[in-house]
Amino acid sequence: MNPLWVIASITFREAARKKILWTALVVGLGFLMVFGAGLYYQMADFHASNMPPFLRYQVLSAMLMVGLYTVDLLAVVMTILTSVDTISGEIASGTIQAIATKPVARWHVLIGKWAGFVAMLAIYVAVMFGGTLAAGYWIAGVSLDNPLRGGLLVYLECLLALTATFLMGTWFSTLTNGVIVLGLHGLAFLGGWLEQMSGFAQGSALVTLGVVSSLIMPLEAIWRRAAFLMQPPLAGALQFTPFANISVPSGAMVGYAGFYLIIILALAIYHFQRRDL
Amino acid sequence: MLLGLVSPSGGEAFVLGVPSGEVEIRRKVGFLPEDFRFYQWLTATELLEFHGRLCGMDAGRLRERVPYLLDLVGLAPHRGKRLQGFSKGMLQRIGLAQALIHDPEVIFLDEPTSGLDPMGRRLVRDIIRAQRDRGATVFLNSHLLSEIEVTCDQVAFIRDGEIVTTRDLRGWQEEKVRVRVCARKLAPQIVAGLSQWATCDQLDDQSLSLTAASREVLPEILCYLVQSGSAPFEFTPQRISLEDLFMEIVGEDRGL
Repeated sequence: MNPLWVIASITFREAARKKILWTALVVGLGFLMVFGAGLYYQMADFHASNMPPFLRYQVLSAMLMVGLYTVDLLAVVMTILTSVDTISGEIASGTIQAIATKPVARWHVLIGKWAGFVAMLAIYVAVMFGGTLAAGYWIAGVSLDNPLRGGLLVYLECLLALTATFLMGTWFSTLTNGVIVLGLHGLAFLGGWLEQMSGFAQGSALVTLGVVSSLIMPLEAIWRRAAFLMQPPLAGALQFTPFANISVPSGAMVGYAGFYLIIILALAIYHFQRRDL
Repeated sequence: MLLGLVSPSGGEAFVLGVPSGEVEIRRKVGFLPEDFRFYQWLTATELLEFHGRLCGMDAGRLRERVPYLLDLVGLAPHRGKRLQGFSKGMLQRIGLAQALIHDPEVIFLDEPTSGLDPMGRRLVRDIIRAQRDRGATVFLNSHLLSEIEVTCDQVAFIRDGEIVTTRDLRGWQEEKVRVRVCARKLAPQIVAGLSQWATCDQLDDQSLSLTAASREVLPEILCYLVQSGSAPFEFTPQRISLEDLFMEIVGEDRGL
């Protein structure tokens, strides 16, 4: 078996055996239950009111978007928390020494671990994102446009967060790594909302600040692109949701995010191959 | 450096004739780190299978090799136990097994007996000897000089990262001998006469320490002392330990 897959499979098994994956899924299931209950009670309130069906649908769509946004935040934070100790922790404890002295290239070690998380995150995003969409459809009868593209963009966000965590893990200790990557996530979050606000006020300085923040860490920009693709055009245009079609990142931002991911992954490999273990 | 964990600041190193950084050469090299740590959630069997797969071993070979090694290091009854329940000594044993999983030609063991009880230390010694007998070269890095003394064929003393000297330990005890001598009259001329067989270090008026080139000369030295009228009442050959040799070569601890 290729050593890359040996390491990928043990990383995946570690997440399963140490109950990281199962705990994340159980917590996610709790979220889905609360979300489903929210939709159910909203539907019950609608039945008791005279709200027009058109308006009901927009409100329920907005609820679904908020639910997916929560999934998005949860997925990114879970990604960072579960992977933050992977590289830096194994270097600090010396665990990496027994692996790095086997006939395995260093980049195999790093990419193998990365691939293990990529597989784990695919399951997590599929369950959480799919579960939220399924709850919206079965309980409230609402569906969104482009759910697959939206889900893939959320997955891309997780991969960005994962790769940034791996890159920082080759440089810094676990705690410092966590502080930096969560800080970058906060920066992206703030930048995305500043850019959104700039659309209301037509402020060019805010736009620049938001764009620069998104270029430094394009997590929130990718979510806004996903929201733009998924929510009904009318809901976005009428600003029924917090994800109105104001200052929507273009498709080029997705390309930039892909390029960004490749570059930081290459940097992580480059530094991991040269550092002392 | 030889295993590629640390980059050299200069120069080059070769392992089995191949530059030390080459990945492929590690197929022939085994390594036990000083403080062996590994995924605590793995069982002993899973750990060895994982390391075997990293070395490119197929399932058939692992089925033979893993039980053999677990038996060799005395962990067969614990094959299904997770490492988190292992004592330090058991972790050392499983660490040694992972270093040997692929039958390496060169084995680096960093303090392999630390944390082991006397039985465990003997087991490790026997394993090292068995590896030597099958033709492998074992580098044993240790501060336990008594272990080195009974295990190794050759020793290199390192100070400040540089090899100060090397010694062949095979039969080295027979080469040099130290003798403690006590006598009533150790006149300076009598002591000077001993220099034809040994170097002398006079401790006080009635005792001295001799270092002779071999045991063969000891009867002659004793005859000389009796005939010269020094009235010897103690003549005790002493074993020179590796620790003595270490102190002699590397010198006293100069502090931090």
